[in-house]
Formats: sequence, structure tokens, C-alpha cells
Amino acid sequence: MLNPGQGRGPDPGVAGGSSNSDPFPAGLRVLVVDDDPTCLMILERMLRTCLYRVTKCNRAEIALSLLRKNKNGFDIVISDVHMPDMDGFKLLEHVGLEMDLPVIMMSADDSKAVVLKGVTHGAVDYLIKPVRIEALKNIWQHVVRKKRNEWNVSEHSGSVEETGQREDGDNNSSSANNEGSWRGSRKRKEEEVDEQGGDDKEDTSSLKKPRVVWSVELHQQFVAAVNQLGVDKAVPKKILEMMNVPGLTRENVASHLQKYRIYLRRLGGVSQHQGNMNHSFMTGQDPSFGPLSTLNGFDLQALAAAGQLPAQSLAHLQAAGLARPPSLSKPGMSVDQRSIFSFENPKIRHGQMMNSGGGGNKQMNLLHGVPMGMEPRQFTGGGQMRVQQQQQQLSGGRAVGQNVQSSGMMMPVGGGPSMLQQQQQVMLSSSVPRRSETSSSSRVLPAAATTQSVVFNNFSSELPRNSFPLASAPGISVSYQEEVNSSDAKGGAGFGNPSYDIFNDYPQQHNNNNDWDLQNIGMVFNSHQDTTTASAAFSSSSSTQRQRAEHVQNHHQQQQLPSQSLNHMNGGGSVRVKSERVAETVTCPPATTLFQEQYNQEDLMSALLKQEGLPLVDNEFDFDGYSFDNIPV
Amino acid sequence: MQRQVALIKQSLFDQGYLDEQFIELEELQDDANPNFVEEVATLYFKDSARLISNIEQALERGSFDFNRLDNYMHQFKGSSTSIGASKVKTECTMFREYCRVGNAEGWQDRRGPRRLHVGPSNTGTDQ
Repeated sequence: MLNPGQGRGPDPGVAGGSSNSDPFPAGLRVLVVDDDPTCLMILERMLRTCLYRVTKCNRAEIALSLLRKNKNGFDIVISDVHMPDMDGFKLLEHVGLEMDLPVIMMSADDSKAVVLKGVTHGAVDYLIKPVRIEALKNIWQHVVRKKRNEWNVSEHSGSVEETGQREDGDNNSSSANNEGSWRGSRKRKEEEVDEQGGDDKEDTSSLKKPRVVWSVELHQQFVAAVNQLGVDKAVPKKILEMMNVPGLTRENVASHLQKYRIYLRRLGGVSQHQGNMNHSFMTGQDPSFGPLSTLNGFDLQALAAAGQLPAQSLAHLQAAGLARPPSLSKPGMSVDQRSIFSFENPKIRHGQMMNSGGGGNKQMNLLHGVPMGMEPRQFTGGGQMRVQQQQQQLSGGRAVGQNVQSSGMMMPVGGGPSMLQQQQQVMLSSSVPRRSETSSSSRVLPAAATTQSVVFNNFSSELPRNSFPLASAPGISVSYQEEVNSSDAKGGAGFGNPSYDIFNDYPQQHNNNNDWDLQNIGMVFNSHQDTTTASAAFSSSSSTQRQRAEHVQNHHQQQQLPSQSLNHMNGGGSVRVKSERVAETVTCPPATTLFQEQYNQEDLMSALLKQEGLPLVDNEFDFDGYSFDNIPV
Repeated sequence: MQRQVALIKQSLFDQGYLDEQFIELEELQDDANPNFVEEVATLYFKDSARLISNIEQALERGSFDFNRLDNYMHQFKGSSTSIGASKVKTECTMFREYCRVGNAEGWQDRRGPRRLHVGPSNTGTDQ
């Protein structure tokens, strides 16, 4: 049905009868981004020859703003990998999350690692330069495929949902029926698509749904709903109901869920199964966390009890945070810090964590899996974050090591405070490697590794005392300070020394943004294990921490976990790390920004986050409580 | 005159300065875009001149920033492959190898010949 050769002359070889009447894929609206003007011109010429409608730009930011301004203005994006202003993979993530457009990567670099990176970041294709026109002739397939997948997913989800609601006895039949009908409709669709003549165009058009823009709030709502349902069990229909957003269709939710899962999976690393990130994390980390949990003294259990959040939501938050831009709306999540904790605890299967350490571990694990970048953003519920943070702290070293394949768990499980440090180091190192990938927030991690570990030590002792709600973010900034000092100031971090005053402030912050914090923290933890350590570091200042802990406790969640607050702090740090890391990892889309926003107002972290360049997502949390001014820089 | 241009062009192909990618570009040219190749070539020379001067500056400094050099080279390589300047591309690849191993002298030997490659007379509008 295509006439790719139309532009170049008569193409007698067109098969099928649709050659004449079916204009598709002509008119495909392509946005091509490349900093190389020669390539850009050549590509434009080639694409025009394919009868596509081409828009070219040489800067990623311009491309993003173009895409945002014309939500439905493009069908596909082609982007170069190496660009001076923004990494191609980062752009890829942004586009995938915000606009849900297929993105093709291209580069003169044909090394396997880079191609794999493209795949893991969700690129639909990878072209090696010099790009030939034949390769461009077929890019329309990605557009069609994506639309069909969305259609199928929504249909499939629907059938799955329906089946799930029936009894087992009926399930088979109903599912069979559904499947059958789904397949049938799918087949119908295929037939339609294959049809020649104008039908194709119509079918294709019917595949085109008005693009839904997943704003930060919307995404937060989505993540909240997913977490509540459970990443594994979340079905688009239920998510849709929970989100209760007018105008949102199940298909939209289904496709977004798909992407979200991919994102989670990517963040989670190889070992993590996307749906089971939370669980897998926890299990995997159990052994390692065991010691940690004890060390941390986080009373996750207490948290668990206090928290009312369903474990799922917490896990989801984490996942959500990691996977995608986040913007879990606070209200949507309504993740209470307490609930988050409780959620976490039950979720955390690892016994160790359960009580202070165990819970933490779990958290960390969860966090780990969650894409670092996204976490901050996604976790709208501050509470979650906190929990996570704490957990992260506990398992900080561990989780980081696990996920990040960086230095491996340096920290010996046994040493409580030292463990934290180590964890941090591990985290740091882990995060560092991650960070180094992305240009953005690497600053924190590299240097942080060393500093953080130190910080953690201090912090670990403090941890139990502080009930910093996700304050960990602040903590992170603090820890980052150290890092900054050593490595290279992260940009806003002025914290030269791990000033644990931040924690004090942090808890306050979290109080305001309990929901967000919780969520974010969870997310942050994963990615920013470093931060956790950082936060730990922050908590080192005993006195301040103590105040903070109390403060945090009061504010944040009125939780009963003093120790947890400390954990939070760590989490905060890690959160921050995560957010930063998120920025690094190209995949830090909005979630990261969200996270950033939380902190940016307050402390270094936010500054760091900002530096990351992540678009600040609407922050529902206002950290009025926190004033990081106290942090000695 | 046209024959001369054709001869020069052919020699460029024979010597390996240009490869099939250039032919692809020529095929993109048609009546609607009669000067496409010339435009692209001009753009390429301008851009690569800028890149080369950047590279030279980087090389003149006492300590070589291999990372930055590598970046420049990558860009240069990308442009060259897109236009079909295969020899330039090969040189770029080798240069990057030198950079990768931190060999500062290795590339110097190649610097001379490489400069010859990028000449404005390489590609002319072929009629």
C-alpha cells in the first residue's frame, strides 16, 4: 500500500491494488533532529523524496518544544544519538513518555552497546549512518505498529479485565471469548490495514487516536492508580476508573501502561521483572539487606503499621517513579506516609527489613528496580519516598549495588552504620556509573560515592533518630554536598559539608508533601541510593538530626518511626540521587522533574535536580516547611 | 567542461575519496532540486572546516583532550559518511583509534594527508 518510490519516479512494482488510491504513508509527519547540518539536509531531502512531511531542527530542546506545542503534529521522530545540548537517549525518553511517539535513533556509531542502549530506552529502530533512503522508506511501519499495539493492548486489557472478574470456571470461556473477539477484531483490523485503496488510509486514521498528553499530574494519577492496584495486576480499565479522568480512554491508559512497564523494566535492570519489581527487588536483596536492616534501625514495621498505603501503591509509586514521568498527583496517590510505610512493609517480604532494616531493604529493592530517573518524579506521595528512603538507606548500599552494577555491594552487610556508608558508596558508585552515562547529573554521583559513604556513617547512627520523611532528599543534597565538594559541586549544592540541618528542614518539607514524598522517595531511593547514603550522611549531625527526626516525625507523617525518619533522610538523599540520576539516565522524564521540583525549592538537591535540566513538573508539594538555608555550605 | 568534471569525479571515486553514498545523494537530485548535491557539499565543507579548526585548536594545546577530540572526530565522521567521503571517514576512524589509546603522535602523521581530502573542488555539480 505504499508507494515509496513515488517521489523518485514511476514505480511499477507496487503490489496490490492500493497503489494508486492509498496515499499512506505519504504525508507522514516526521520530525528529524540532528546537530549535523549536513546530515540534516540530506535526511530532509531523503524524507521529502519519500513524500513525508518533514520538519527538521538541529537542537533537541527546540525539537521538544515543537513537539509539545503541537501535540498531535508529528507521527514519528528521528533523532541523532550524539548531540551537544541533550543526549539523544534523553530526548527519546522524553518523547516516549510525553508524547508517546515512535522514535528512531541514528548514529555513525554502530557499536553494539549503543544500539542496545537505543533498544532499552525504547527506540523503535536504530539507523546507522550513512542513512540510506531505503531505510527511511519503511519508517512508517513503526507508526502503524505503535498504533496497532495501542489498539490491541487496550482491547486485550479489556478482555483480560473482564475475564478476571469472572469465576474461574467462566474465565476460560470468557477469556477465550474475549480473546477470540479480540483476535477477531484484530484480524479485522489487519485486514483493514491490508486493504487496498482508500480503506487503508481510513483504517490508519481510525487507528489514530487523539494523542493524550501525559502531563505530570496525569501521570501521577496513573502511577498512583497503578500502585494501588499493583503493578502486576493493574489493568487499564481499573486504572482508568481509579484515575477518573474525563476524556481518557482505556486505550490511552493501556498504551501508557505498556510504556510505563518498559520503563520500569529498564530501570529495574536485568534482574527485575517489570511487574514484579517490587517483589523481585525485595527478594533479591533480602540476604544483603538483612544486615542492613538491622543496622539502620529503621523501624519499617512501625512505618508499615502507621502507613495506610497499600503496599502496592508504594511499590507502584516506586515503579512509577522510576519508570515514568511521574507526576503522580498527590491527591491521586493519597499516599500517606504512614500508609506508605505500612504498604512497604507488607510488601517487603524480606523479613529483615521488616522492622527497621527489613522494611528498608525492601524499599530499596523496590527502588532499585525503579528507574532512577523517574522515581523522583513519580512519587508524588512524599510519604513513599520517605519510606523508601529509609529503606534505601538500609539497603542503600545493597540495592544500589544490585541494580547498578557498579561497584557491587561494597558494604558488608554487617556493619550498621558502616553499612550505610558502604551502601552509599555502592550506591554512589552505582549511581555514578549510571550517571556517567547521562551527562546531566553525574556530578553528584561520582564524587558522592566517596563522600557519601562517609556521610552515611554519620547518618546511620542518626538514622534511627530522625524521622525524616522523605526528607531524604534533603539529605541527599546534603550528602551531595560532600560529593560536590569532592567531585564537583553539583551545582546548587553548596553544601560543602554534609550538613544535617537539611534533614531538619527536610522533614518539614515532607510533611507538606507527604504523598509526594512517599512516592518520590521510593523512587528516589532506587535510583539514588547514593542519596540515601547522602541523607545518611546528613543525619550524621546528631543534634540536628535529632531535631529533624522529631520534626520530621511531627510533620511528615506523624509517623512513628523515628528511626525511619532517618531512613527517610537517606532516602531523601537517595531520592535526590535518583532524581539526579534520573536526569542522567535519559530516562528521567518528568518524574525526575517532579522530584526536582520538590526539592529545588529547598535545597541543593533541587538545585541539582534543576541542573539536571529536567523540566520541572508541577509540584504539588510545596516544601514550605523546609528551609535548607541552614545547611552550611 | 562537463567532461572534465566527470573525469575528476571519476578519479575521486577511483581513489576512494568518494563512495556509493555520494551516488545516493546524486540520485536525490532531480529537477525539483537541481542543486542538491552542490548545496550539501557546500554545507559539508563549511561545517567540516569549522570542525577541523576546532580539532586543530584542540591539538595545539599542550595536553590533548582526547575526549573532546573524539567528540569532534565523531561529528566529523558522521558528516563525512553522510556525504560519502569515505576516505575522510576512514581517517576519522583511525584518528579516533589513536585518541582512544591516547596516542598523540599517531594522528599527527595522518594530519597532513587528511587535510588534503577536504577540498572544495571534490564535488561539483554534475550535469
